[in-house]
Amino acid sequence: MANETHMSVSVWRGDAVGSFQPFEVKVEDNQTVLDVVAWIQQYADPTLSYRYACRVGMCGSCAMMVNGTPRWTCRTHVKKVLVDGHMQIAPLRNLPVIKDLATDMDPFFDKWVAAEGVHHPTLTRNDPIEALDPAAEARVESAAGIECINCSVCYAACDTVANNPDFLGPAALQRAWSVYNDSKNADKQAVLDAVSGVGGCHNCHSQGSCAVHCPNALNPMNAIAGLKRETARNFFKRRS
Amino acid sequence: MRRGYRNHTLWVAYLLHRLSGVALALFLPVHFWVLSYALNQPEHLDGFLRWSEMGIVKFAEFGLVFLLAAHLFGGLRLMALEWLPWTSGQKTAAAGAVAASTLIAGVFLMRAI
Ligand code: HEM
Ligand code: SF4
Ligand code: SF4
Ligand code: FES
Repeated sequence: MANETHMSVSVWRGDAVGSFQPFEVKVEDNQTVLDVVAWIQQYADPTLSYRYACRVGMCGSCAMMVNGTPRWTCRTHVKKVLVDGHMQIAPLRNLPVIKDLATDMDPFFDKWVAAEGVHHPTLTRNDPIEALDPAAEARVESAAGIECINCSVCYAACDTVANNPDFLGPAALQRAWSVYNDSKNADKQAVLDAVSGVGGCHNCHSQGSCAVHCPNALNPMNAIAGLKRETARNFFKRRS
Repeated sequence: MRRGYRNHTLWVAYLLHRLSGVALALFLPVHFWVLSYALNQPEHLDGFLRWSEMGIVKFAEFGLVFLLAAHLFGGLRLMALEWLPWTSGQKTAAAGAVAASTLIAGVFLMRAI
């Protein structure tokens, strides 16, 4: 039972089918949601599966649904999310569950590549390094999204992903926008073509759940709006 | 229960836009059908107009006009959001200006009728 010294934690067990299993965990002064999951695995049930690496908000591997909201668990304090001494932890939404709290992130990363979020070089290794102007307008747009840690929190928050499995999703489209605005990127057209297909940027309804939940306070919705403008401009340019 | 990840203003705006859009799509065919009476069977239209004097019908019409207004401003909001790369401060100011002018124009309209 939840009281002053202990909290009750419901943890998802299983894959696509399964159920929540209750655990009693001691409340500490400083404790993250990931600490709680790790404690359960180490002291209560060693068969619990979950994923993490850096514990400091860099690697993007620890995201889970905490009380129904996608969060990076290594930097979410228990005190912030506990409701009446209780919390529920589930695997990330919109991704296939491998086991318990570990999801298969392949679809998320595959879409990153499908959105042409890849480098198209303008120079070779034999050329001198090109200087960048950090204040240039396109550079500012490009830089706005580069702190993405691939955690898939935005992907889990997006209802458009839930309704359309082909939708590339906020993170991949944001990376495409960063690449598009990079002066060292040689193939703008490849990016625009990749993001204007069936699952492309025009699926987004600007709900903004991605921007609300991104733990790094990035705004994929803005990046997607940028892609919508540039694809439209490109459409009219190519016809005239 | 509304899920945690939907607990924010833009999601509510999205829901309102979707519901008002669907409601308008259902309503508009009926609306044009009634209007067609004016051309084909004016006496039927008069009957309908008498019926529409009833309070409950008036209230339903208010709802439809409200839906159209909500959808119109929701649509303008989206178009501003996506097509005008302004800062969020500028957008708040613009939204405030639109709201204020709508209110003032609305008051003038109410006094006129
Ligand atoms: C009066 C008849 C109208 C009907 C029946 C209608 C219907 C709809 C429907 C069903 C949607 C889909 C909602 C969604 O995707 O979430 C939609 C979206 C939209 N409507 Fe309308 N609409 C009407 C008028 C307008 C007007 C007057 C405007 C703008 C001034 C407008 C702007 C938009 C925009 C921008 C969207 C995209 C919303 C999104 O991406 O979610 N619509 N409309
Ligand atoms: S703004 Fe677009 S990408 Fe972001 S959560 Fe909403 S629908 Fe998904
Ligand atoms: S945009 Fe934000 S929420 Fe989405 S993957 Fe990158 S860091 Fe995570
Ligand atoms: S464990 Fe690396 S971001 Fe949380």
